Amino acid sequence: MSDKHIDKLSGVETTGHEWDGIRELNNPLPRWWLWTFYGCIVFALGYTVVFPAWPMLSSATTGLLGYSSRADLDADLAAAKLAQGDRLEAVASTPVADILKDDGLARFARAGGQSLYKVYCSQCHGTGATGSAGYPNLNDDEWVWGGTIEQIYATITHGARSPTDADTHYNVMPNFGADGILGAEDIDRVAKQVASFSGIEGGAASPEGQQLFADNCASCHGDGGGGLVDAGGPSLNDQIWLYGGTLEAIRAQINQPRHGVMPAWGARLGDTAVKQLAVYVHGLGGGQ
Amino acid sequence: MQNLPWIIILGGGTFLSLVLSGLGQDAAFSAHWGIIAAVLGLGTIILMRRPAAPVPTAPAAAADTLAYFDAPIRIGSILTVFWGCVGFLVGIVIALQLAWPELNFGPWFNFGRLRPLHTSAVVFAFGGTALLTTSFYVVQRTSRARLINDNLAWFVFWGYQLFIVMAATGYLLGITQSREYAEPEWYTDLWLTIVWVAYLVLFLGTIIKRKEPHIYVANWFYLAFIVTIAMLHVVNNLAVPVSPFSSKSYSLFSGVQDALTQWWYGHNAVGFFLTAGFLGMMYYYLPKQAERPVYSYRLSIIHFWALIFLYIWAGPHHLHYTALPDWAQTLGMVFSIMLWMPSWGGMINGLMTLRGAWDKVRTDPIIRMMVIAIAFYGMSTFEGPVMSIKSVNGLSHYTDWTIGHVHSGALGWVGMISFAAIYFMVPRLWGRKQLYSPRMVNWHFWLATTGIVIYAAVMWVSGIMQGLMWREYDAEGFLVYSFAETVAALHPYYIARAFGGMLYLAGGLVMAFNIWMTIRGRVRNERPIPTAQLQPAE
Repeated sequence: MSDKHIDKLSGVETTGHEWDGIRELNNPLPRWWLWTFYGCIVFALGYTVVFPAWPMLSSATTGLLGYSSRADLDADLAAAKLAQGDRLEAVASTPVADILKDDGLARFARAGGQSLYKVYCSQCHGTGATGSAGYPNLNDDEWVWGGTIEQIYATITHGARSPTDADTHYNVMPNFGADGILGAEDIDRVAKQVASFSGIEGGAASPEGQQLFADNCASCHGDGGGGLVDAGGPSLNDQIWLYGGTLEAIRAQINQPRHGVMPAWGARLGDTAVKQLAVYVHGLGGGQ
Repeated sequence: MQNLPWIIILGGGTFLSLVLSGLGQDAAFSAHWGIIAAVLGLGTIILMRRPAAPVPTAPAAAADTLAYFDAPIRIGSILTVFWGCVGFLVGIVIALQLAWPELNFGPWFNFGRLRPLHTSAVVFAFGGTALLTTSFYVVQRTSRARLINDNLAWFVFWGYQLFIVMAATGYLLGITQSREYAEPEWYTDLWLTIVWVAYLVLFLGTIIKRKEPHIYVANWFYLAFIVTIAMLHVVNNLAVPVSPFSSKSYSLFSGVQDALTQWWYGHNAVGFFLTAGFLGMMYYYLPKQAERPVYSYRLSIIHFWALIFLYIWAGPHHLHYTALPDWAQTLGMVFSIMLWMPSWGGMINGLMTLRGAWDKVRTDPIIRMMVIAIAFYGMSTFEGPVMSIKSVNGLSHYTDWTIGHVHSGALGWVGMISFAAIYFMVPRLWGRKQLYSPRMVNWHFWLATTGIVIYAAVMWVSGIMQGLMWREYDAEGFLVYSFAETVAALHPYYIARAFGGMLYLAGGLVMAFNIWMTIRGRVRNERPIPTAQLQPAE
């Protein structure tokens, strides 16, 4: 079936075959295509000479450059370490309060702390560290467990009510209502008393309320609700509320309190990381 | 009762499935075989209610096409459109789930189960049915021979559809072996193996009894696709089931060997399913529609063998900077680079075939579709080798750039060339003089093209942004962004991507309507598309 014919439009001869009306022109390979193909092959062969490529009996050729991706990674890590100088070691060996005295080191620790904060802390405390219901705001100057750099450092290291750390901050507010410690009327009185400290709507001070507060609350929250850091009792006389600042919310918290849990980060991230986090959090605005 | 043997086989299959469902050792296995029994039972009932074997109903078809076995091709054309729309729809659902995670309705409709449903629906249901259908069409016409056996053709066709249903329902039930693009479990894999061997016998047998002296280039590509997929499928799915009645199996491979086997399979699923098979499609439908000879026989033979030889080695580029030994990573990269020109050989042969017929791009929306398909083929087969270069891959790997790359190939190349083939075949298969509406083909073209361009461009931006954010360091040497921040930054792009997908689905629905009306023999009352004399070509 050598039925060669010339295609009228292109003037090129066909191969002489025809399938369901389809013919094929006998054009040569486009030059640029062929030479680019050869070029790719030459590049590929050259690359295999320079880099590890040809499998041998027990290992492969290592290439002229002696490249390995492990060594490449090690070099990258070493370069990153070099770029950070000895500052990471300095953070490790400097007591956390002293880091703040060295501007350069504090800036370094703060940058590291920010990077860590985004990964480990922002889930609860928010990307802007503004907190949310049940999770303290870290930008203000109220600190349940204290706002000095050492106190923040200790809180991050050991966490709060962490089941994995013996030195964790721990306290539990009694279930005044649910466990029948106070009756409904007394709870209402003391709730109104607390609300009156900061002028919350519905709040009302009363002698009975005052007495109830002194007997049941002041040991942790301080006289007049100013808060006691050592006991981990939040202050009750400002506009900052962990579980809501309405009379209703205060009553609910007295009746059956909720408690937050924070992991002990020291064991998970290591001391150097916790120091950086402490410096970062301390510098957010409310550090004392 | 010519259907009797089939009724017995299907009824037996129904019974066997019910038995397996009863013997199942886990709830998923029992439920899955229950569904399979229901599907087979439905098939049995449909067959029993039919008076006799399906008679080809092509009254107006030309006399010589009556010699060809076109009944499964007709059903396949319809199912290709159907599966396409299903696949695109599920794609939009998971795109929206990525933008708004609240849209996960677990456990059946969460992202983890719908994602393989989307990929399999598009690659295997839409693409696979398109390949089966067009290969039946092309091999008969270019060999001047009827498929060797009608019953074998029906078995291959419906057996493959059963595989699709088994895979899809399994995903929704949570049955998966967690190998990308090879998620179906061992018994579904076994079934596909049987179907695929039958397909090979059918296709090869038809070629062997051809009345043409030579095998047409389209058939080389189809044959390469069938043979290689058989090999890839069998090796990658080697596994030991926990028991014959369990939906769980364990792979024969472990560790980095397992990863390499998987990506040897995964990349060649792209190479031989989505590239070689669809090149076969291009080599027939393009010269037919353009009524021009193929540009270069020599180019077709060289780029065919180069493509076949080089593609199979490129898989390791999916495992750059992993536990895979460096030498294997190097080979994966250099073979991908060498693959650039062999891939482009198909593009050149396609575009140059249009020499002398370029005016048809203006007047023939089907040609226009083919041209954009080839353009996207060329673009993504250039992008692929670029992305295989290790330093580029260090940025692009694990980002949306990869997703964009895959979709410019899948939506642009695979989708468009299949649509063109369907538009070409349907009027001929049903003996219609023309499509219901050539202008609606044009709408489809613009909806789909706009959708792809939005999709690909958005994924480039989001992917490169994502890659850059991951590696951004501040002056003190600390990472600037947390992972969650990089996810949050993608949100607007995910919405835009879903919009691109919606345009693409809209085009698919326009096609479904156009095809349906064409089959019904209707012709839309519309202004004809102006021909070239309006403005002389320059």
